[in-house]
Amino acid sequence: MLHNCSNHLNIMQAFPELISFKLGVYVEKFVEWLLANFMGFFDALNRVIRWFLLNTEAFLQWLPWWVLVLVVFLLGWRYKKLSAGILYAFFLSLIGVFGLWELTMTTLAIVLTSVIISLLVGIPVGILMSYQAKVEVVIKPILDGMQTMPSFVYLIPAMMFFGLGMVPAVFATVIYSLPPVIRLTNLGIQNVSKEMVEAAYSFGSSTWQTLLKVQLPQALPTIMTGINQTTMMALSMVVISSMIGVQGLGYEVLSGISRIEIARAFDAGLSIVILAIIIDRISQGIADKYRISE
Amino acid sequence: MTAKIKVENLTKVFNGNYKTVLKRLQKGESKEQILKETGITVGLNNVSFEVQEGEIFVIMGLSGSGKSTLLRCLNLLNVPSAGSIFVDGSNIVKYTKKELKEFRQTKVGMVFQHFGLFTHRTVLKNVEYGLEIRGVPKEERTEIAKKTLAAVGLEGWEEHFPSQLSGGMCQRVGLARALANDPDILLMDEPFSALDPLIRREMQLELLDIHARLKKTIVFITHDVNEAFKLGDRVAVMKDGVIEQIGTPEEILANPANDYIAEFVQDVDKTKVLQAKNIMFKPGALVSIKDGPKVAIREMRDAGISSVFVVDNERRLQGLVTIDDALKALQERRELQDILIKDYYTTGPETSIEELLPLASTTKYPLAVVDDNNKLLGIIVRVSVLSALINGQTEKEE
Repeated sequence: MLHNCSNHLNIMQAFPELISFKLGVYVEKFVEWLLANFMGFFDALNRVIRWFLLNTEAFLQWLPWWVLVLVVFLLGWRYKKLSAGILYAFFLSLIGVFGLWELTMTTLAIVLTSVIISLLVGIPVGILMSYQAKVEVVIKPILDGMQTMPSFVYLIPAMMFFGLGMVPAVFATVIYSLPPVIRLTNLGIQNVSKEMVEAAYSFGSSTWQTLLKVQLPQALPTIMTGINQTTMMALSMVVISSMIGVQGLGYEVLSGISRIEIARAFDAGLSIVILAIIIDRISQGIADKYRISE
Repeated sequence: MTAKIKVENLTKVFNGNYKTVLKRLQKGESKEQILKETGITVGLNNVSFEVQEGEIFVIMGLSGSGKSTLLRCLNLLNVPSAGSIFVDGSNIVKYTKKELKEFRQTKVGMVFQHFGLFTHRTVLKNVEYGLEIRGVPKEERTEIAKKTLAAVGLEGWEEHFPSQLSGGMCQRVGLARALANDPDILLMDEPFSALDPLIRREMQLELLDIHARLKKTIVFITHDVNEAFKLGDRVAVMKDGVIEQIGTPEEILANPANDYIAEFVQDVDKTKVLQAKNIMFKPGALVSIKDGPKVAIREMRDAGISSVFVVDNERRLQGLVTIDDALKALQERRELQDILIKDYYTTGPETSIEELLPLASTTKYPLAVVDDNNKLLGIIVRVSVLSALINGQTEKEE
């Protein structure tokens, strides 16, 4: 009797061992199956992304430093104000002063590539979501998962698919930074005034015409905010992706920490912050411009 | 006149299958009951009506009465659950996607309550929109759009954005955008209710003016009785997805089909709707110009009145004789011709009470209602004008 009772208590306190199911095992099996059957596909994807990445990086490395500083100054001036342009140009020059220019360009290439892939995937998915309530129901929890799942969890499969280096970093970064642009594209299109959409249809517009001539232009400010968020999140993945051997500012921070070289880690860390601030302010400025001209 | 739009047994339900509520509708269950038990909203229930070519047809009802749903069925922004809509004889409910697009591009234009303007486009680009969708070449559509904008009084505003315009101007853009396509039919969904009263009145007059010039068939939605009666050639009153009554404003005012409509039209400004012909009555006494003063006196005595209109043998109004003058003429052996008074007011049958009011209160004689040939149609006394204002019932029955 006493024995029985304590058994009961055990079941109440700890989850019964009988009911045990390891989902992860099946995920692992699935990944292995993908690897076995779709290696050709991943190889092709790998090559395309690598080609794009290397060319972007080569272009940025080729670009004289002062051209980029000038571009940042002009963008800051155009979309914010003169003082902002000067400030951003000064900050960007600081990175050069730290001696981190080349590493920064590598990082920038990864961020740019990731953002472009995210937009190519995210905007159409966002549009699809806004049109189909069922798609929205399926995709929303996936987006939640993408944003909250610790990135190491998909960094490992990414390595298995693409090997070490920049491509798996791009893959992981895309997964992490994709949700905002999807969410905000969806939101932007759903928030277009119902009357405006009705007006478009009342003139005999097709679905495509309504999307291209009315819904997307109307949603543009919101989509721009999504792009800004996506870029920021891509940048924040830089350090994490350095753990699979990606060169760049993140790697500099990582090796600074592991060798307890505070100065080295700080310079690289500050450079990431500078990059983030410049990209954020300029893209936010562009988004605001669209909002005002509405 | 032929029927431009013919709607037959139109039913529209939201959030569910039409067939599940069909039986309930046939049994006459109420909208609320159906919603409560099945979760299905009945927007329109077996609605039928016709709109004549060139007519302003007003659909009036409170919010939730189904009037906007009905309007949106006419260009299939709402797809009916059952019933047919014939426009120029062809059933638009059966249209293919392509036919529907063409129908919307060429036959029907829509104006929205909150304008529905594309805020990312300039005024000109807004007006061009329909033409752009139709694939009209750029120069041609710019020219048409500019002309249409000028026609609604917005010359010089082409390059502005809608956010820079006042509400009244925005709705002019909305109107121009619908007109630019030169559709036969204009659907207007409470187009003026978001405007302030002064601008609204201005826009109403302008719409009447445009209608007179372009002869479009207009289906106009409003919740405002005064607006409905002012604009509508005919008015349909809706409640709970059903048309309760269709008729000219005068018919509805004079004979409301039920208590609901009577209440609805209670606060209508009758002075603007009722016209002389609605409140005039046949004179109780009438004297021919050939008669003598003796006949005139007898007529007045029998009818118990102190003055009488004199007409010729074709009923054309000649003048008025008072009892005092007639008595005097009898003594002096003079003819009616010599004692006719002319200082009474005459009015046409279509004059509104609003305009009659000052006349009625200043003259001591009845008002004579005459047609274009000066033929006497009836008379109006002061009391009939005033009482028409009080209860809206015409004095015809007297």
